[in-house]
Amino acid sequence: MTTATATAAPAGLHAGAPRRGLVSKIVDRLGSGVIQVVMVLLGLFWLVPTIGLFVVSLRTVDVNNAEGWWTVFTKPAELTIKNYSDLLASGFTSSFWNTVAITVPTTILVIGIAAMAAYAFAWMEFRGRDTLFLIVVGLLIVPIQIALIPIAKMYGDMGIFGSIPGVVLFHTAFGLPFAIFLLRNFFVGIPASLLEAARMDGAPEWKIFVSVVFPLGKPAIASLGIFQFLWVWNDMLIALVFANTDSQPMTKALQSQMRQFGSNVDILSSGAFLSLIVPLILFFAFQRYFVQGMMAGSVK
Amino acid sequence: MTERLDGPAPAVPREEETSRGGASGPADTPSTKLRLGPSPAVAIAFLLPAALLLGVWVVYPIVYSLFRSLFDASGSGFVGLGNYATIFTDGSMLTTIRNNLIWVVVAPIVVTTLGLIFAVLTERIRWATAFKLIVFMPMAVSLMAAGVIFRLVYDEAPDRGVANAILTTVHDTFSSSQGYPEARPREGAQSAVAAQDGGVVTKQPAQAGQPVLIPIVGVKPATMPGNARPAKAVTGGGGLAGTVWFDFTPGGGGAPNQVDSGEKGLPGMTVEAVKDGKVAGTATTAEDGSFRFEGLPAGSYVVRLPQDNFKAAYNGLTWLGPTLITPAIIGAFVWVWAGFAMVLIAAGLAAIPRDALEAARIDGATEWQVFRRITIPLLSPVLLVVFVTMIINTLKVFDLVFIIAPSSVQPQANVVALEMWRVAFGGGNNQGLGSALAIFLLILVLPFMIMNIRRFRRENA
Repeated sequence: MTTATATAAPAGLHAGAPRRGLVSKIVDRLGSGVIQVVMVLLGLFWLVPTIGLFVVSLRTVDVNNAEGWWTVFTKPAELTIKNYSDLLASGFTSSFWNTVAITVPTTILVIGIAAMAAYAFAWMEFRGRDTLFLIVVGLLIVPIQIALIPIAKMYGDMGIFGSIPGVVLFHTAFGLPFAIFLLRNFFVGIPASLLEAARMDGAPEWKIFVSVVFPLGKPAIASLGIFQFLWVWNDMLIALVFANTDSQPMTKALQSQMRQFGSNVDILSSGAFLSLIVPLILFFAFQRYFVQGMMAGSVK
Repeated sequence: MTERLDGPAPAVPREEETSRGGASGPADTPSTKLRLGPSPAVAIAFLLPAALLLGVWVVYPIVYSLFRSLFDASGSGFVGLGNYATIFTDGSMLTTIRNNLIWVVVAPIVVTTLGLIFAVLTERIRWATAFKLIVFMPMAVSLMAAGVIFRLVYDEAPDRGVANAILTTVHDTFSSSQGYPEARPREGAQSAVAAQDGGVVTKQPAQAGQPVLIPIVGVKPATMPGNARPAKAVTGGGGLAGTVWFDFTPGGGGAPNQVDSGEKGLPGMTVEAVKDGKVAGTATTAEDGSFRFEGLPAGSYVVRLPQDNFKAAYNGLTWLGPTLITPAIIGAFVWVWAGFAMVLIAAGLAAIPRDALEAARIDGATEWQVFRRITIPLLSPVLLVVFVTMIINTLKVFDLVFIIAPSSVQPQANVVALEMWRVAFGGGNNQGLGSALAIFLLILVLPFMIMNIRRFRRENA
């Protein structure tokens, strides 16, 4: 910071703010007009692809193959919910429920197990605590690929390959480093007096955890919860390897239709849109926690 | 909903407060805590579930993969480092590594730069929150859905894919060259022109003062430009001039090889004056099909419509073809991650003390100087976090490549994370090579792992 101000200092030869002339005012106005236009264009750039998906999902394959989705503005009569009714009739609902059955237990497990570990890391004394926590920090970015082959073999030996519990446990384990890291950093900020008072009263640790730490940690737990939920809901790789056709979530079910993209565009577009509805609702409802979790999670 | 994306209240207490918590190293630990704290057995009980899961699902696989990578596909024959040698010698593997290199170099820079630009620009508009929500939204969407979204965007046909629709619209607005595929000259003894080398030439050389008539037939209604006006035979004026027109009278009537009323000129044609096999001058036809060579020395020239005029019109880019596939997928990646960069950097911007900026402005620094000399240095920690996070994400990129690249171009779009899956599960069934690729991926992220640990130790020392 010091170097920055020092290098900027030579510019300060004229004392006082320079008077702004009419010309510079006009330039300012023009500049802000240009910025507005650029921002509107950029916003459209980010919005249009998703709108495209939505419109495509509301038109038949034949219409989609014949003309671009933007013709909807002149031919709104071509819209239909046929793709969605076909999709629901085709058994896609079962993969929707598989996604729920994988995501909800994983999120609960990660929160519970990580909160316990985070409490131990934050408020208990034991040998090797700091080293162990550094290992957790290191595990934050281990690529999932490293575990695919070993765990597939292990699941095969145990006979749980292709089952929902197998997928859930894999997700839970790989969710833990981030979860422990996030919660430990939050728990450490709980005022010591609160915990010490409870300990002086002779409360057992599990009771302190349940009635003091967990309630105080709610904001961080909410952030973690939404993050973990979206992460598992949106996963494709783990599902591709560890789920079979009975336990497959939406991502895997849709992926299997990708080969004939053109002729399957009805299923793919409506399926993709259904799969992103839940995350979008969560995102808009809990965006504050989402942003907080993201900020806290990127190692500062 | 408002304000929530504008630098949220910190969820995690600041590091300074952690020392009071007594958990940031033995030096600060209050002595009272040891006395009151639970026994190590309790701590172990709290850690056990996490340790078990991490040990079995994360740590053990690292060891097993390391071991397994030294064996062949079936797992029975020891091959030493043979699988690793394959990674660095096999031709398709090298393409894969090259692609990862492109990803790592391009994507983090683009995402961080865009995030910075967005963060700065949003400070200048009133609807910043709406803008942030829009740009940030793709973060919540699965990469699978993002892949489907961009398969649609990148559709090659300009009347289906929005990317090429925009490109062709922009191209046709700024470029005069107009394609007339399947159009041909009206030939025959009466005609003054003939087809040659895919283009059209006059049978006889022409001179200034003699209008050159070039009748064209077979123009498809779809390729007839909207700005075409009724053709006009050139009369008078200096220099070599003439008319290129669609020699067809709608509704019948009209004489061949003559400009009749109701016949339209063909605008945007490139016309060349050729002497002794060399192009002496070029002109472009106007909306009524007329052309005139300016500043051409007197003499007789063969007038030619080169082949380019008869090529199909511009149709945009083959986004999903072998050459553009990686940049196209990086585009989708940027769409997904720019919001992350923007929100983090915007929070960093909000934390910059306003008086530092004001002081520099009062001292007469320009906005650019303030940005370059004060804002950027103060932001550098945040920029680094975003940049490193993006590097890690690009190394692990899988879903987007798998979904966006059609199966025929997947070899050209391949990346290490995808190749690992293909080799081990997607039909390859070679778990030895798959393990080696997984270890290779781990080695690639290792420096960042060490960096994270170091930074954490430093901040909590």
